[in-house]
Amino acid sequence: MLKILKYSFYDLSRSLWSYVYFFFYLLLGVVLLFLNNDLSNAVITLMNVIIILVPLIGTIFGVMYFYNSREFTELLLAQPVRRSSIFLGQYLGVAISLSASLILGLGLPFILYGIFQSGAIWDFASLLVSGVFLTFIFTALAFNIALSNENKIKGFGLAILLWLFLAVVYDGLFLLSLVYFQDYPLDKFSLVASMLNPIDLSRILILLKLDISALLGYTGAVFKQFFGTGLGAFTSIAVLILWVILPVWRIKYISAKKDF
Amino acid sequence: MVNITNLHKKFGSLVVLNGLNLKTPESGIIAVLGPNGSGKTTLIKSILGMVVPQKGEIEVNGQRVKRHWNYRKNIDYLPQIANFPGNLKVQELIDMIKDLRGKEARDQELIDLFKLEPFLQKKLSNLSGGSKQKVNLVLCFMFDSPLIILDEPTSGLDPVSLIRLRKLIQREKEKGKTILITSHIMNFVEEISDRIVFLLEGKIYFNGTVEELKTSTGEKDFEHAIANILTENHA
Repeated sequence: MLKILKYSFYDLSRSLWSYVYFFFYLLLGVVLLFLNNDLSNAVITLMNVIIILVPLIGTIFGVMYFYNSREFTELLLAQPVRRSSIFLGQYLGVAISLSASLILGLGLPFILYGIFQSGAIWDFASLLVSGVFLTFIFTALAFNIALSNENKIKGFGLAILLWLFLAVVYDGLFLLSLVYFQDYPLDKFSLVASMLNPIDLSRILILLKLDISALLGYTGAVFKQFFGTGLGAFTSIAVLILWVILPVWRIKYISAKKDF
Repeated sequence: MVNITNLHKKFGSLVVLNGLNLKTPESGIIAVLGPNGSGKTTLIKSILGMVVPQKGEIEVNGQRVKRHWNYRKNIDYLPQIANFPGNLKVQELIDMIKDLRGKEARDQELIDLFKLEPFLQKKLSNLSGGSKQKVNLVLCFMFDSPLIILDEPTSGLDPVSLIRLRKLIQREKEKGKTILITSHIMNFVEEISDRIVFLLEGKIYFNGTVEELKTSTGEKDFEHAIANILTENHA
């Protein structure tokens, strides 16, 4: 699998898009820091961007890479290589190179600005950790979609819909249900509902780390109470890990049965 | 070498292989023929494990194929359509496959044979169809495995390369290898193959030598003998 990972990584390191993505984050980091002149503010702004953009890039890039490397995949399938190694190697290649673009692109300006001397280092670290989690989750979901759909247009469509649903529509439905059922106790429901969406989960984790749970509004207190404890942090990390493992397991499962 | 029992494969509602049985001899050239869509490529891909059959058993060298991958170390495969990652150079692709296999390779000899030297530093997306097929042939033959599977090896080749390929296949056969070939060029098939396996409706309709095929159909000419099978079965 390491060899496949190496070649996917090598392939991506020559792709223009990896650099576009890297320079975008570099630019974003520099602009935010030097215009804002305040680390905490920059981190909050970055959070809003990362929460929406990282899943989008992960999804699109994952689907695009899978469809574009079809020839490569077919070539590999006839070689003495385990099937799961091929797909997991490609998946890790995409996810790791996207994460590297994110970490380097944002990390460099923040290091130059002096994040290590600042108290905001842990806020920033939690931002990067969430970003990496989201990259791994959405790339895995994208691979799932691409593996199940031979038709590229359909695959792309589904991938965009998935992103739209989790990033935008889900919150709307969540809010509507809170309004509709406001006469009932909703703390358990809202806790579970945000656990089920990795984007919401990451957002809450970062906001709590930044200690501005007032931004969470209505359910803020519930979250602070739950997530603030050791159990809460543990549960939410565990759910994020589960969000990575389940799609990756499904990649392995579908790829074992697929005809090429 | 290859032992197939009761192989079934459907794509959706389309039945491609329908209880196919095949046992190949230890060495020699076996041509797999059949009309378009008769399941030649599906059969080959099943042997390679690229297509997962619904039912049936395939053994290569006594090793079961299902859920295994190690047996592919002993197979050289030439795919029908030479699809390569376009952003790689020819040399990079050859090195990559060598690295993946981790086996002794005779790539230089084959590059010389097919006169590929001037193309080594070109990107695969810039190669013509025929040159791609030559790269395909180099990748396939460079490992010297005991089982060789060639899916339409002649496609896109010029007459000179075709003669070289024919000689190469003969040489491999003399080493005692098993070679499975599909092709639409009938005189190519007639000239090189020891046995003919004819697929029809997902089963083996005929399995024997070229001479046997001619006598059983009562035709003197090989091409007509094949046409005879097809017209008799309205395929």
